[in-house]
Amino acid sequence: MTVPLSFYLILSGMVFLTGVMGVLIRRNIIIILLSVELMLNATNINFVAFSEYFHHVAGQVFVFFALTVAAAEVAVGLAIIIALHRAQSTINVDDFQLLKW
Amino acid sequence: MELVFFFYFAFVIALASILVVTLRNPIYSALSLLIMFFHVAGLYVTLHAEFLAAVQIVVYAGAILVLYLFVVMLLNLKQDERYHRQWPVAGLIGLALVIEGLVLTIAKGLTAPPAPITKETAVEGLGNTEALGDVLYSTYLFPFEVASLILLVAMIGAIILAKKDLIAVNSEG
Repeated sequence: MTVPLSFYLILSGMVFLTGVMGVLIRRNIIIILLSVELMLNATNINFVAFSEYFHHVAGQVFVFFALTVAAAEVAVGLAIIIALHRAQSTINVDDFQLLKW
Repeated sequence: MELVFFFYFAFVIALASILVVTLRNPIYSALSLLIMFFHVAGLYVTLHAEFLAAVQIVVYAGAILVLYLFVVMLLNLKQDERYHRQWPVAGLIGLALVIEGLVLTIAKGLTAPPAPITKETAVEGLGNTEALGDVLYSTYLFPFEVASLILLVAMIGAIILAKKDLIAVNSEG
């Protein structure tokens, strides 16, 4: 591996940070879920890079499980978005105040 | 040569992820996320994780992103959407994290030698898919079963949440 491990870590940090910013600054709830996907992908890059670095396949198994959880999260999250849109006909996060008192 | 490929993939991944956050139209965001997924798969190939690259394309680009596009087109969003008013806070947090990363990178240095190949961790002789399957069905058998349970629960939950009558009953009562 001629590419140093730290390059992968920097790339993954950048992508993760972009995801965090997306969650914090966007109002469209679909974009917020897309940003969560960005963060999951950043951790996956980290896992695979460390798996290559330590010559151990366990990191790739973890990515496999992260992928499973991401798929489940997307299914449930989008179902929640559809239910919310049906109830309030908006997907702007500022308009969701059901749990606020 | 590997460095060239890495920088190409890294550049496109970083650019596409920034575009996901900054583009106004959710469909364009989802499509740039698609570009990012493909390049992450390419990065996995350069990291000798061929099976994960295939799974990344099949699951992320094939299933998850199609689901997103379906929902975006189903909800038919027309209202223009501005950034949230807490974006200065987000900018401060991002700046702090960037500075922290820079300080750590400069303090620790960039290069570290790869770990030596020991007998118990060696998977070099096997193909990537074989090695992954070998570990997945022996050491990680229980988490594998739990993952299938998670998928089942998510499936049932998604169906129940998106069902029409259930919401109608709830909003009446």
